[in-house]
Amino acid sequence: MNGWTGLILRVNLSSGSVVKEALDPAIAKKYIGARGLGSYLMFTEADPAVDPLSARNMLIFAPGPLSGTNAPSAGHFDVVTKGPLTGTIAASSSGGIFGPMLKYAGYDLLVVEGKAEKPVYLWIDDGEVAIRDAAALWGMQTAKTTEMVRAGTDEEASVACIGPAGERGALLANIMNEYGRAAGRTGVGAVMGAKNLKAVAVRGTGAVRVADADAFRKAMLNACTKIKNHPVGGGGLRAFGTDVLVNILNESGGLPTKNYRQATFATADKVGGESLSKQLLTRPRGCFSCIISCGRATRVTNPKYAGLGEGPEYETAWAFGPDCGIDDLDAVTKANYLCNEYGMDTISLGATVACAMEMFEDGIITLKETGGIPLNFGNAEAMVEMVRLTGEGEGFGKKLAMGSYRLAASYEHPEYSMTVKKQEMPAYDPRALQGIGLNYATGNRGGCHVRGYMTAVEVLGNPVKIDMLATEGKAQWVILFQNLTAALDSTGMCLFATFGLGADELAEMLSAATGVPYTTEEFMKAGERIWNMERLYNLKAGFSAKDDTLPQRLLKVPLPDGGAKGRTSGLKKMLPEYYSLRGWDASGVPGKEKLAELGL
Amino acid sequence: MLEKKHIGPFPKAHEARPGYVREAYREGRHTMSKMLMIYPDRCTGCRNCELSCSFFHDREFRPHTARIHVASWEEEGFSVPTTCQQCEDAPCAAVCPTTAMHEDAALGRVAWDEAKCIGCRMCTLACPFGAVVYETGKRRILKCDLCGGSPECVAFCPTQALEYVDETDAVRSRQKAVAVGLKKSFEEVQR
Repeated sequence: MNGWTGLILRVNLSSGSVVKEALDPAIAKKYIGARGLGSYLMFTEADPAVDPLSARNMLIFAPGPLSGTNAPSAGHFDVVTKGPLTGTIAASSSGGIFGPMLKYAGYDLLVVEGKAEKPVYLWIDDGEVAIRDAAALWGMQTAKTTEMVRAGTDEEASVACIGPAGERGALLANIMNEYGRAAGRTGVGAVMGAKNLKAVAVRGTGAVRVADADAFRKAMLNACTKIKNHPVGGGGLRAFGTDVLVNILNESGGLPTKNYRQATFATADKVGGESLSKQLLTRPRGCFSCIISCGRATRVTNPKYAGLGEGPEYETAWAFGPDCGIDDLDAVTKANYLCNEYGMDTISLGATVACAMEMFEDGIITLKETGGIPLNFGNAEAMVEMVRLTGEGEGFGKKLAMGSYRLAASYEHPEYSMTVKKQEMPAYDPRALQGIGLNYATGNRGGCHVRGYMTAVEVLGNPVKIDMLATEGKAQWVILFQNLTAALDSTGMCLFATFGLGADELAEMLSAATGVPYTTEEFMKAGERIWNMERLYNLKAGFSAKDDTLPQRLLKVPLPDGGAKGRTSGLKKMLPEYYSLRGWDASGVPGKEKLAELGL
Repeated sequence: MLEKKHIGPFPKAHEARPGYVREAYREGRHTMSKMLMIYPDRCTGCRNCELSCSFFHDREFRPHTARIHVASWEEEGFSVPTTCQQCEDAPCAAVCPTTAMHEDAALGRVAWDEAKCIGCRMCTLACPFGAVVYETGKRRILKCDLCGGSPECVAFCPTQALEYVDETDAVRSRQKAVAVGLKKSFEEVQR
């Protein structure tokens, strides 16, 4: 096969079996790869009712057919599993070179099943696969783990691993690769930890081939040019990172501040991308095959928070910054470094600390419980200490590690948790950006911005600018973005490639690479198919229309400030239209006709 | 990136050019040779150079057999591409018993003649940069050939960390950076 390698690698940690099986070309065509193919395996093989942290859950590492080529920014892979934070199907995307390396080693998918008796790591050296003892690595932070695994395998190996948080089953644990890249959301790191799998190391020396080299070159050059000429994809992201959004969202009145109490933050600029570039940036970094280079190699010299590493990007800067009422960039960056080291999702942890801060200020959480640390909004030192405690699994950190929903619910105040399906929403207030609220509510892995990035049209004007405060017409946009993103994720491309590219360019590259002719319509249809399949999985896992909602605060409490002052989310107006346009019934269940149309 | 004229279809392999460059230089005529200049401070570690190299030479994506490699220190966020330096007194050519490895004055490079190569691998032992590799599977030498005078890695580098420039211009940006530093300190002294 071209684009695809045509092989699935299955490793069962209970039995120790390693099996290589052929990828069915018809299935590959239908679900493309990465998120789509991984979700297909989950849908057809894994019981949706399974306990995410049991041996019966599957953990799939999935690059796409474009991963490993020089399609611009095609270095991504997805970790697909049932997420323990949400209980939904989860596809958590990460960059770096891990995905392409799996392809060069010869595999479209790595499927990990079962559970090892003792800590192990997986060493994939092209065709050779070994399950190795990881007792000596258990308890180590991610950078040290990466270093040690490379020392024991190959210095050029790509290592995806968990930190202490994942080992302990923290529900906001992530999987880190190449030190600074993360499959961040839905708690995928806890699944790895529950399987006693500390790391996966892979080295591939083979080739990824494309069906038509000349056509691929032409399509790829066209795509590169479009990204290069785009003001965000070809300029803003490299100069300032994604953190450039802090000031933009603040000015739009959509920057959630102090756990979504407000939507503007007076000193937001101090943690924005411009400040970051001026104060901490060493140089921009790019994932494998990336021409955008939004990655931030940074160094903090302030002795209180000294360190070096990657980050922060926008959501991180927001979560530890404005959401916690903090404007100390050094502290925010330090919190990011700690998350990378312990293997924790910055969005969920930052938002959980913000939730705890609000509960502390309202007297629900006391000094006794925080271990004497005054957890007020704006207390940067306390925030960094909370991150460390969560990573170490000590004191109040044990509660934070379960995410804000379980934290707030344990005090019988779940209304303080700014979550959808128990996952923390990212950095765009749905009372201002109405469309992103609909996207959060319908997101099939809980509160998430990268399932349908409405910010592109509601704030950034990419590809066009629409009124962010309006509810009319938003359902259609959200569906378009959700479908496009599902298809794009499945190719192995980075979402940021859409700062320049649309379905036309993606379908053209995918066709030239795989030799399977995808029209733009077929490409989008594949995205819709994947979205509906994920929906079916969630319905079988026990979710229903009542879960397609937002925190009460967003539906009932008007914004006190900013351009959207006085507004609440118009979700109730948008949701029925969304269901109807999706071809789902009033209770959010895909209709027979729609399923037949999609071949599900 | 993408400003290079040849971008479009794959460029055809260049014909051997009249050998005037280095000779001309030695004879005192002012024709300069070009060189591949590496600026690690601009490198993001994306490895598009490896990908474009492998795609141009072999029509597949296989960084493992690329003629240029990027070494990265991910934690520090630092990367350095390394490749053949096209040495003037090239150890690989000096050690070659059949002159398969030889100076190609026309393009300012060390070239490899497949017909003369006996696969002894002496060149790989001699190269101080580790830039010459023998691939047994395909019975060939993997070494930068500057893509016949129009390096793909340069064309595909998104941050100009690789440039193909007249050798006298190669260090101009660094000279300028030093000058800017000096200018600043003079300004501070005068203040």
